[in-house]
Amino acid sequence: MPGRPPPRAQAHGLLRFLACGSVDDGKSTLIGRLLHDSRLIMEDTLAAVARDSLKHGTVGEEVDLALLVDGLEAERQQGITIDVAYRFFATARRSYIVADTPGHEQYTRNMATGASNCELAVILADARKGVLTQTRRHSYICSLLGIRHVVLAVNKIDTVGFAEEVFDRIVGDWLTFAAGLGFQTMVPVPTSARFGDNVTRRSGNTPWYRGPTLLEHLDTVDVEADAAARPFRFPVQWVNRPNQDFRGFAGTVAAGRVALGEALAVAGSGRQGTVARILGPQGDQTEAAAGEAVTIALAEELDVARGDVLAPPDRRPEVADQFAAHLLWMDEEAMLPGRQYLMRIGHLWTPATVTSIRHRVEVNTLEHAAARQLGLNEIGFCNLSAARPVPLDAYAENRATGAFILVDRFSNRTAGAGMVAFPLRRATNIHHEAFLVDRRARAALDGQRPLVLWFTGLSGSGKSTIAKLVEQLLHREGRHTYALDGDNLRHGLNRDLGFTDADRVENIRRAGEVAKLFADAGLVVLCSFISPFRAERRMVRSMLEAGEFVEVFVDAPLEECMRRDPKGLYEKARRGAIRNFTGIDSPYEPPERPELRLDTTAAPAEALARRVLEHLRPRLAGD
Amino acid sequence: MQTTAPARLSPHLRRLEAEGIAILREVAASFRRPVLLYSIGKDSSVVLHLALKAFAPGRLPFPLLHIATGWDFRAMLDFRDRRVAELGLRLVVHTNPEGLARGIGPLTHGSQLHMATMGTEALKQALDAGGFDAALGGARRDEEKARAKERVFSHRAPGHLWEPRGQRPELWSLYNTRIGPGETMRVFPLSNWTEFDVWDYIAAEAIPVVPLYFAAPRPVVRRAGALILRDDERMPLEPGERPETLWVRFRTMGDWPLTGAHESRAETIDQVLAEIRESRTSERQGRLIDTDQEASMERKKREGYF
Repeated sequence: MPGRPPPRAQAHGLLRFLACGSVDDGKSTLIGRLLHDSRLIMEDTLAAVARDSLKHGTVGEEVDLALLVDGLEAERQQGITIDVAYRFFATARRSYIVADTPGHEQYTRNMATGASNCELAVILADARKGVLTQTRRHSYICSLLGIRHVVLAVNKIDTVGFAEEVFDRIVGDWLTFAAGLGFQTMVPVPTSARFGDNVTRRSGNTPWYRGPTLLEHLDTVDVEADAAARPFRFPVQWVNRPNQDFRGFAGTVAAGRVALGEALAVAGSGRQGTVARILGPQGDQTEAAAGEAVTIALAEELDVARGDVLAPPDRRPEVADQFAAHLLWMDEEAMLPGRQYLMRIGHLWTPATVTSIRHRVEVNTLEHAAARQLGLNEIGFCNLSAARPVPLDAYAENRATGAFILVDRFSNRTAGAGMVAFPLRRATNIHHEAFLVDRRARAALDGQRPLVLWFTGLSGSGKSTIAKLVEQLLHREGRHTYALDGDNLRHGLNRDLGFTDADRVENIRRAGEVAKLFADAGLVVLCSFISPFRAERRMVRSMLEAGEFVEVFVDAPLEECMRRDPKGLYEKARRGAIRNFTGIDSPYEPPERPELRLDTTAAPAEALARRVLEHLRPRLAGD
Repeated sequence: MQTTAPARLSPHLRRLEAEGIAILREVAASFRRPVLLYSIGKDSSVVLHLALKAFAPGRLPFPLLHIATGWDFRAMLDFRDRRVAELGLRLVVHTNPEGLARGIGPLTHGSQLHMATMGTEALKQALDAGGFDAALGGARRDEEKARAKERVFSHRAPGHLWEPRGQRPELWSLYNTRIGPGETMRVFPLSNWTEFDVWDYIAAEAIPVVPLYFAAPRPVVRRAGALILRDDERMPLEPGERPETLWVRFRTMGDWPLTGAHESRAETIDQVLAEIRESRTSERQGRLIDTDQEASMERKKREGYF
């Protein structure tokens, strides 16, 4: 029986593995069994579990080993595990960290989280039920997240009388499905977690099984990906400059190795330097290899910042602002192409958008489907565009430089997890042209400053009416203006777009880009768009220079708009003749801090237009 | 060609060490005003040791914070002051002034009120007063079931509240360090370490720890099944109680009236390691505050306990 490890004697080091299964596969019991049999369950803990078994347990008088690992109060009451939990045990050969992921509806997000740091996965299947949809789903997600070693634990083998033919049939089914998923090792084991068969001890009940027990396999499997043999990658995490004499770049070596005197290039700029010092946890060292946290000092003064990647000059990573990637969505709020998120790739944070969804992957069948958006737990193959070029590798080549997360700009929730497939060539070949006559120069010719007035509000609130009056007043003053109107744009530029959330986002993105071009031309641009989502209004704001975007909230209560109903649209929407109508069956998010709020029930349109003009006067005055 | 990093650490410990260092650097790079919560125990001693490595040859880019409850072992305070002086560290010490004025203590007010006032509340006060947006601590996932799901970067809503459902998924080591106004982060570089790893590392790196971790003859009183070291005269003896001198040591550090010692002859670190390897009780058993009620740790965490 394995005990606690003797210090500093484990030959195989640490193994991080993922345990995944559906609700009743016995996953918690299996982990409880590993912990129990490796003598890591302490007497006081076991006593507490024995007490809990009577209260929450599902196995009668026995100690319910699942209760060893089902942690939070809420989930114990519901009898399900809600989140990823990490468990620790050790044998004489190895230390283990187990990522314990639940099998209920949040499976994809939690599994991906657990899998992202694991080298191996144990996938459970219930011997009575065989290979289920979930088994296939778990296998696919493991593969997608780059796990190359899997074990299929055909659990509860006791409930089918330890029958060899049941085991063989399930294993056959699974191998047929999983053969194409790129796993390097696939090992099936017949187990009974509840009674311990083939988990840590060989079972007398399965004489027909000649393979290793689960723990024997875990103890001996070789999962080294030989990260040290690949090209050197050093994402700079922090610039250490304690005094004038030292400037080092701190980080963890993501792949390969480097030695003193070798040349390194900054991935983005291509500038080169020579490694002068490598500081490790024990002080100076002559080399550093994958996995080591070190500080590298170069002989030359180079401009290097957090987020840069140091690499050999002849084997640099790709640098691209557009790339294709698998994206797994983890937020309640769906991912909409065109919406801006914050991307973290390596140590670099930059705004990024999904420009298109090439296809959505149906995780149960692996079929490809068209999609306009990605909902919670959905996976898509997407094109992304970052606000600046970023160093990256394919995820299959390097997890550390090929993985990224997308963060919601406003809630700061981690909303998506991505795996880079390849850079898009057009990004590297299209460069911004800088012209000699710029926006300031163009506006100065007209004696004005460029501005974008953004009128937002419900249909029928009076956006266009007020915008027209404001434009007239500005024109009379000799200002050079242009008006963009939602309805007008939808007849031309945006006539391919409908009114789904995804199309609304794209509608506003295009409108914003056009408004930006007119602002570049030096004009005062008046935009009237329902623009129901805060995120897109903020996106347009962020495209423009500070102070150039003036958000005007044309505020009218829904009841008032419905009463006015100038185009008869509310009536149609109520009858169900129009779908996705803002205010009826599509939401409107009012601005939180608009530059100007116009209460249309308090004053006539002419008075409101004059208020807008008064607000603009200091802004228009120019420099 | 081999690297020249000395191989006296096992591959397992080297991996944990590198991870801890990376997390510390991430905090320095991502937050305006981080602080290291220094409880003087073995885990904080390891975090401090990692921090010294992470930022070498520079100094720590953040101060240490110690929440003194008024019931700290004197040996811990001596150790703290000595280490801070040796290493030239910045240290902030905070005690809840209202609690102090009201004379809150574990013997008179019970462990729950004492810890809520002098521990949790005092910590919030100190974090607010310092404007600290990230607090580093030595908590580990193996300590207790409610900790097993804790994030490395654990998000706290305004008021330092921990919401189990508000925690962010952590993929790879791409930590989401972004916080909104009034929000803070607690960060745990030892998340993936076990108690054994901590001692193994302390032994390999010869990290100084409080002498109370090692067995010595000490005057103790048996109370409610625990061996309590009477560190000063504030603990009156109950009828029938009488101090006896026993060979004891401590497995965890807390306020002295709430921390049980156990009988031991483990005087050296190797003996401590051997004892832990053979041990059949968990580390937190010596803590009198965790057994108050089932899932008590989860409740305390929600309220802002470290």
